[in-house]
Amino acid sequence: MTAPVLRVQDLAVNFTSYTGGLLQRKERVLKAVNGISFDLNAGESLGIVGETGSGKSTLARAILGLIKPNRGRVMWEGEDLTQLDEEALRQKRKEIQIVFQDPVASLDPRMTAGDIISEPLWTFYPNMAPLQVEERARGMMKMVGLLQNQINRYPHEFSGGQCQRIGIARSLVLNPRLVICDEPVSALDVSIQAQIINLLQDLQNKLGLALIFIAHDLSLVKHISDRIMVMYMGSSMELSERDALYRSPLHPYTNALIKSVPIPDPKLAAQARQDSWLTGDMPSPYDPPRGCVFNTRCPYKVSRCEADVPALRRMEHGDWVACHRAEDLDLSIRLDSDSGIS
Amino acid sequence: MALLEVTGLKVNFDTPEGGVQAVNGLDFSVHAGESLAIVGESGAGKSQAVMAIMGLLAENGSASGKAEFNGQDLMLMSRKELNKIRGCEIAMIFQDPMTSLNPFLTIEKQMVEVIRQHQNLRRDEARAHAVEMLRAVRIPAPEERVKQYPHEFSGGMRQRVMIAMGLLCEPGLLIADEPTTALDVTVQAQITQLVGELREKSNMSLILITHDLAVVAEICDRILVMYAGQLVETGSSEDIFYRPQHPYTQGLLASVPRMDQPVDDELHSIPGNPPNLLDLGSGCHFRERCNKAMDVCKDDPPLQVAQDGRMSRCFIDMANGEMVAGSTDSGEDSAEFAE
Repeated sequence: MTAPVLRVQDLAVNFTSYTGGLLQRKERVLKAVNGISFDLNAGESLGIVGETGSGKSTLARAILGLIKPNRGRVMWEGEDLTQLDEEALRQKRKEIQIVFQDPVASLDPRMTAGDIISEPLWTFYPNMAPLQVEERARGMMKMVGLLQNQINRYPHEFSGGQCQRIGIARSLVLNPRLVICDEPVSALDVSIQAQIINLLQDLQNKLGLALIFIAHDLSLVKHISDRIMVMYMGSSMELSERDALYRSPLHPYTNALIKSVPIPDPKLAAQARQDSWLTGDMPSPYDPPRGCVFNTRCPYKVSRCEADVPALRRMEHGDWVACHRAEDLDLSIRLDSDSGIS
Repeated sequence: MALLEVTGLKVNFDTPEGGVQAVNGLDFSVHAGESLAIVGESGAGKSQAVMAIMGLLAENGSASGKAEFNGQDLMLMSRKELNKIRGCEIAMIFQDPMTSLNPFLTIEKQMVEVIRQHQNLRRDEARAHAVEMLRAVRIPAPEERVKQYPHEFSGGMRQRVMIAMGLLCEPGLLIADEPTTALDVTVQAQITQLVGELREKSNMSLILITHDLAVVAEICDRILVMYAGQLVETGSSEDIFYRPQHPYTQGLLASVPRMDQPVDDELHSIPGNPPNLLDLGSGCHFRERCNKAMDVCKDDPPLQVAQDGRMSRCFIDMANGEMVAGSTDSGEDSAEFAE
């Protein structure tokens, strides 16, 4: 087995804010990412899933060096990105790219599709011949399923799905080895979401990319991930192989996320309602619960969960979970593949 | 008689690039106590159809057609008459609860204002009613929460507040425009269930607008699928989910990722992009993305209507999956339509 290309170790990001007046200034610390560790192999895809506020986007930004972490290391091919100076880090971005959530807002409305896609080339290879740049941009457009004659069009002339294709083309133009997709399809229609996911999967296979795919629910990462990490309030709750995670989740929160995905089938949906149980909201991140952060919403809570923070630990079959009761809970999901729509 | 009967609804927008027909001849009805889902992609015209009915179109929009609510045509009403109905007999909740609430006023102020606008209640009575409604939508500690400002609520809680405000005057009809799209999936499930339960309890009618068919599976009696400003298919929830007729509906259903099924290699998707409304042309608007398109689709497809109210706008016959009688297709590939 080859060494992982990316190794994140105990990464933590805190945001500090101040409340109160000038004289009674109080500092509040929000632990957005609280000690996350994982490895990513070349060509592997990792899904990161969690509700709003679970810290998944902050984690992505910290990996890219867009936010300085308070603790921990981001090892990229043996080199710690958090220790690099700005220019060295900038050079590394050739290898690590990002695709953003809002495809329209992340494109400059005054640049044409061709300019947007080729901008990274101008930035990193200022001496490249213009014809060569244009050829490369055209090649990228073709690769992501855009038409060559759209190269001089502006973002507003494209639909949301097409704008996301431009965003993907831009992220791939430098031949990166890792692409971080931060909720790339949340803003798109259901029918278009599937197109973009298939495109990303296809490109990943073709180019041998490593992929981190961030999403707020488990339905979309199912198709694109080899492994999935579930985050809650800045901590990793579970890190499992894809098939194992959907068949028998280890953490009650993973189970809740699986069960809250709506099923397009009236009878099954009515059934699923019977055993969906996740109530309430995420607690305030300024005042996280003692012990396990999920204990306020967990139906399997025992007294220990309010006292000790469960460590992320490795189970027998190799998957990781942070739950005191992982051994004695059976959260297996019954697959109902016979019913439904053909 | 239907509670709301919409016939021949058209909505036009004047834009610098030309006229856009956002809704093109839409008919539908909602009976008392019934729930209808209007489903379609961005730009299908689903939101603009209800905005037109409510008299809430943007300045460059104009609407024609009939929208009879309890026998009165909403489209002919003055603003004053509409204001008596809006927020009272017909309530509406929107996608983003933060932009629908006034950030400067407490929840109590905003709710009391709605109550006193429509009902002759004393201020303390109105206040008590507001707290009661917050309790009905299961906001914990409503007596304290009612004194807070919108920013002190989470997204899901804000949407609960919006629902509570919508229900203040016991409306006969609630219109919910993508009420859960901006919310987390865990909260989405809670809100959808809440809306479904409140509707059953009060025998209120519901129009739920969404781009995601999966969301409406449980709580809607009937479904209307729109594409490019037109109805393409409508039927009971069971018909649409178990026996979809129109290729677009079939595509929409197939592109929902299923948690209850094993992982396939590739997700089904509908190819292409939604059509440009500035340049629609004639014929079936879906034909360029349709996996069953044929020559005849260059003509406008017929709207087939079955006895039970089921409709499909397609050349494929609803009854037997073959070509609609009388259409002049070359017939070269019609064999594959038989199911």
